[in-house]
Amino acid sequence: MTPKARNVVFVGVLVLMVLHHDFWLWSDRTLVFGFLPSGLTWHAGYSLVAALFWYLVMKYAWPSEIEDFAEGKIDSLSEADKTTEDDK
Amino acid sequence: MSPSIMIIFGYLGLILILGVSSSFFGKKGDSSDYFKASNSIGPVLLLLTVFGTTMTAFALVGSSGEAFQRGIGVYGLMASWSGLIHSAVFFLIGIKLWAFGKKYNYNTQIQFFKARYESKALGYMLFPILVALVIPYLLIGVMAGGAFLAKTSDGMLTKASAGALICGVVLVYVFFGGIRGTTWANAMQTLVFIITGIIAFYMISDKLGGLQAASEAVLNSEHAGHLSREEHFKHSEFFSYFLIPLSVGMFPHLFQHWLTAKSAKSFKLSVGLHPICIMLVWVPCVLIGIWSVTQLASDTKTTLILPIMIKKLGSPYMAGILGAGILAAIMSSLDSQFMCVGTMFTNDFLFSIKDESNFTDKQKIWAGRIFIVLIVAVTWGLAQIAPPQVFRLAVWCFSGFAALFPIVFAALYWRRATKVGAMASLIVTAVMWCILFFRAANNGFSHETQLIMGVMPVTFMFLASAAAMLIGSLVSAPPTEETVGKFFPKKA
Repeated sequence: MTPKARNVVFVGVLVLMVLHHDFWLWSDRTLVFGFLPSGLTWHAGYSLVAALFWYLVMKYAWPSEIEDFAEGKIDSLSEADKTTEDDK
Repeated sequence: MSPSIMIIFGYLGLILILGVSSSFFGKKGDSSDYFKASNSIGPVLLLLTVFGTTMTAFALVGSSGEAFQRGIGVYGLMASWSGLIHSAVFFLIGIKLWAFGKKYNYNTQIQFFKARYESKALGYMLFPILVALVIPYLLIGVMAGGAFLAKTSDGMLTKASAGALICGVVLVYVFFGGIRGTTWANAMQTLVFIITGIIAFYMISDKLGGLQAASEAVLNSEHAGHLSREEHFKHSEFFSYFLIPLSVGMFPHLFQHWLTAKSAKSFKLSVGLHPICIMLVWVPCVLIGIWSVTQLASDTKTTLILPIMIKKLGSPYMAGILGAGILAAIMSSLDSQFMCVGTMFTNDFLFSIKDESNFTDKQKIWAGRIFIVLIVAVTWGLAQIAPPQVFRLAVWCFSGFAALFPIVFAALYWRRATKVGAMASLIVTAVMWCILFFRAANNGFSHETQLIMGVMPVTFMFLASAAAMLIGSLVSAPPTEETVGKFFPKKA
């Protein structure tokens, strides 16, 4: 994973941690769709957003070097230092 | 024999067949296959088994019971935090540990820590603490499963014999199938308890007049506060719960499942779909919990909310299916924990007394099996004498593992982390855990009195543990270049 990708993941997790604290719905008893309390709706939606976030992380910030490192194909765990067998 | 108990027995038989038959697909007599499934587990099995292992019986029974007592906030407190933090731990910790485990052939997390922190002594210190934190979990599983099955059997089984039956089923497939059998059975059990929760939700809402009628009944009752959080939660408590899911980073049984992955890519499904799996189980159970406030007396035992609602509103067949789902949730954690404690005794205890090279592969497997039998027997015995208050240990076990998180995080991301820092972190965690646990015990473990300055005790344990790791590492000599090169490799 590149340092830039790592920073994006870190900021994304921080933003999601802030969004978890839905103080504006703290005393709201509205039933969304007639049955789902608003606070529960927010957090169920939050679970979906968390899944989407991790899907995007998998797609754009996947640490591909880890696989090669575990297989012994490269020496480094840093994307920037990636050295394959072919390069040697 | 009632239809419900017949369904449950049928389910236990099915799990037994599945777990045992998995052993025919492994490499016979190969200890790596027994303890790590020869690193052959793909993404779907890894997702199901990791999810099943992290969700205990609490996911079905506890979530509905807590929602009955404290309302919808329980979901945000535990489920949505876990969705975010568990996936983060799988991504940041799990994949790296898998890579080191595969490259350097580790079977247990203690082997990793001993190598990373250059200390056998740390391994000796960690072993009893990890085992001590896992054992209450095992007890909770055996006691909860035994009590539930005994109740469902209408006097056919006692708590002791029902507990023995559950232990026996799990033991057989763990004994023969090793981690592969555990994984197969876990995957099946995870599907069962997800589907069971959804069926129970549909059936109960239908009997209550539909989704809208069930929720409106709560809104129009004296318990309307269950639909929001101002009556039951402090903001600080709600926030501080984010530390609890960090515990999965230090679960020895989860470490073992991570090692079984075929490749790093196998983690992708687990990271991405874990929050959705949690939502599928927790949203229906939390709703059932809040709907129950209009149906049951407020002093109803929280652990019985779901079974009572099913019994009250459902048929014996539904009770049987739900029973199978609850047992699935219990056994999917129990098997991994039995397997992991057996693996730890073999690799971290036996091989520290007598070098591994003195054992053949077959002997290693048999050593693991003997330890597993002994642990199952000891757990069953302890479950017969343990006080019911042991159930309250669950959140304390999570807190203990979460407070140890700085040890694994620093091991992977801070090259300056040393054995002195790790030992200091371990000791501080153990001391603080004991002090805060006995403080909570003296106050009867109530929600209000266990909070310190409005936050969960884990907050202070975690901060002290992290500070000890930091200070201990900075005042001691850095790790050798060889170790840094091994775990933080850079291009030459």
